[in-house]
Amino acid sequence: MGVKKFIVGNFYDEEVLFPAVKKTRRAGYKIHDVFTPFPIHGLDKALGLRDTSLHTAGFIFGITGTATAVGFITWALTVDWQINFGGKPYFALPAWIPIAFELTVLFSAIGMVLTFCYLCQLAPFVKKDHFNPRSTDDTFVMAIECTSKTNEAEAISFLQSVGAADVQVMNKETGWWIGRYDKDTIPFAKKAAVAN
Amino acid sequence: MTLREKFEVPKRYNTVAMALMALGILAIVGLYITTHGGGGTAAENKLHDARFWASLLQNSVFFLLVVNAAMFFICATTLAWGGWQLSFIRVAEAVSAVVPVIGVLTLAILFSIAFGDNHTIYHWTDTEHVKHDAILNFKKGFLNKGFYAITSVLAVGLWSFLGWKMRKLSRKLDNAPLKSNEEAKKYVWNNTVWAALYMIVFALTVMSSIPWLWLMSIDAHWFSTMYSWYTFASTWVAGVALITLFIIYLKNNNYLELTNKEHLHEMGIIMFAFSVFWTYLWFSQFMLTWYANIPEETTYFKPRLYGIYGGVFWLMFLINFLAPLLILMTRNSKRNYATLTFMSILIIFGHWLDFFQMVFPGPSPGHVPLIIYDFAIALGFIGLILFVTGKSLSKYPLIAKNHPFLKESVIHHT
Repeated sequence: MGVKKFIVGNFYDEEVLFPAVKKTRRAGYKIHDVFTPFPIHGLDKALGLRDTSLHTAGFIFGITGTATAVGFITWALTVDWQINFGGKPYFALPAWIPIAFELTVLFSAIGMVLTFCYLCQLAPFVKKDHFNPRSTDDTFVMAIECTSKTNEAEAISFLQSVGAADVQVMNKETGWWIGRYDKDTIPFAKKAAVAN
Repeated sequence: MTLREKFEVPKRYNTVAMALMALGILAIVGLYITTHGGGGTAAENKLHDARFWASLLQNSVFFLLVVNAAMFFICATTLAWGGWQLSFIRVAEAVSAVVPVIGVLTLAILFSIAFGDNHTIYHWTDTEHVKHDAILNFKKGFLNKGFYAITSVLAVGLWSFLGWKMRKLSRKLDNAPLKSNEEAKKYVWNNTVWAALYMIVFALTVMSSIPWLWLMSIDAHWFSTMYSWYTFASTWVAGVALITLFIIYLKNNNYLELTNKEHLHEMGIIMFAFSVFWTYLWFSQFMLTWYANIPEETTYFKPRLYGIYGGVFWLMFLINFLAPLLILMTRNSKRNYATLTFMSILIIFGHWLDFFQMVFPGPSPGHVPLIIYDFAIALGFIGLILFVTGKSLSKYPLIAKNHPFLKESVIHHT
C-alpha cells in the first residue's frame, strides 16, 4: 500500500478497451486495475485475473452452518432437554433437515457477503482513492502502475496509440482509510507531494 | 467460419441403436417367457404377469417423460426469451421428436394394463373390488378407466402436436430468413404463444394429472400432492442430461461449432440445480409423511424405505443427490466433457432407478425382482431414442441460423 505513481488512460468505449487491455499486457506494462461503470463479461479473463475464491468461502460457511444447526439441535434435544414429540426418537434427523438447510443458507449468504466486502475492501466509512470519477459514470479507466523501469513518456504515447481518449500521470493512494470525502482531506496527499 | 449444418448419421451409430433395440425386444420376449412359464398357483401367476407389465410400464413412462422434458426445455427457455440455447436447440428438438413414437408405445402398454384382466398393478380397474373399497370408491370419479384413457390419449396427443408445432416454427426460418425487425418481433411473439400453450398443457399433465394416473395409482390407497412435481423433477433432470449427452456426442464429431463450454456449463448448472430441487421435493414428500405418521400415508414408504427396497432407495439418493451435489459443484467439472458425460449417464440411471422404486413395490412388494431384464428393456428404449433422434437430427439443419436471438448464443458467457 501507500502512494504510487500511475499512468491512467480513460477509454470511452469497451470495444476499444478490450484490445487495449490485451495489447497493454502483451507490451509488458503492469496493469494495476481497470475501472468500469458496469460489470463487463470476460474482462477478468482478459486481465489474467485468477478465479475468485468466494465459492470456496461460501462452501466453508455453508458447511459451518449445517454443522452448527445439526450440532446444536442434537445437543439440545438429545442431551440437554429431551422431549418426546409424538413418539419420535430423540435423534429425529428428518425433522431437523429444514433447519439445517436454513442455517446453511443463512451462514453461506451472510458469510459470502462479508467475505466479498472484505475482498473488495468495502465497509461503511472506508474510503479509497479514485483514479477518475467518470469510471463510476460512463467511461472505462485503466491504470498502469509505474515501476522503476517504466518510461513515462513512452507509456503515455502507448496508451494513446491503443485508443485512450485522455491519459494522465497521477499519484494515488492504493490503500484505504477511514473518513469522509467531503470533510477530510485525503491523509496521504502530503506524502504524494513528497513523492513527486 | 463454415458451419457443418447437415448431420450425417454414422453407420456405427445406427448399428448400435439397432442392436440396442434388438436387445430390448429380446429382453421383452425373455421376460415374457420367464414370467409366463406357469407352474405356480393362480395368484402367483398373476403376480408374475404383473411383474412383466410393471417393467414395461416403468421403462416406457420414464423414457416418454424424459424425451418430453426436451420440449419442456425448449418451451421454458422460449418463454423466458432466452437466447443462449439456440446454438443447440435443434438437438433438443430432435430429442423431443421421439415423443410421438414412445407415446404410442406407452399408450399401448398402459391400456393393456388398465383394460387387461390382471388388476395387480392398478387395483382401481377392478370394478368389483372398488365397490367394497371405501377409499377407492370415493376416488372413482378420478380413478376410472374412461378418465384414464381419455386423459392419457389427450396428454400424449397434445404433447406430440404442440411439440410438432414448436419444431415447425423453428424450421420455418431455415429457408426464409426474417426480413425486418417487425417480422422478427412477430416471430418471437408467435413462438412465445405456442410455448405458453405447451406449458399450460405440461402443467396440467406432467406436473399434475399424468403421474397421478400412470404411477401414483399403482398405490391407489395412498396419495401425495407432491408426487407429480417430484416425478417431473426426476424426468426433467434426466431430460437435460440426455440433451447434454447428445450435445457432447455431436461436439466430439465436430458438429455444433457454435456450441462450446459456456453452453455445456449452463446445462451442468441446470443438472446440478434440479438435482437439488428433486431432492427437495423427494425429501419434503417423505418428511411430511414421517412427521405426521398416519398409517394410510406411511404404507407407501414402508416397503421402500424400511422394507426390501431400502437398498434401491438409498442407492438412488446417493446417485441423484450426493453425486451431483458434490461432483457438479465446481466450475471446472461443469466445463469438462468427461465429467459431464459421466454425470449425465449417472443421473439418467439414477432417475430410472427412482422410477423403478416408484413402480415395483406395488406389484411386487415381497421381493425386489431381478433387475437385469429391466436394464435390457431400458437399453432397448435408449436404442429407440438414439435411432429416432439421429434420424430427425439428420433431416434438418443442425443450427437455427436465422433465429433472431442466435447471436446471444454465439457470444454467450457463463
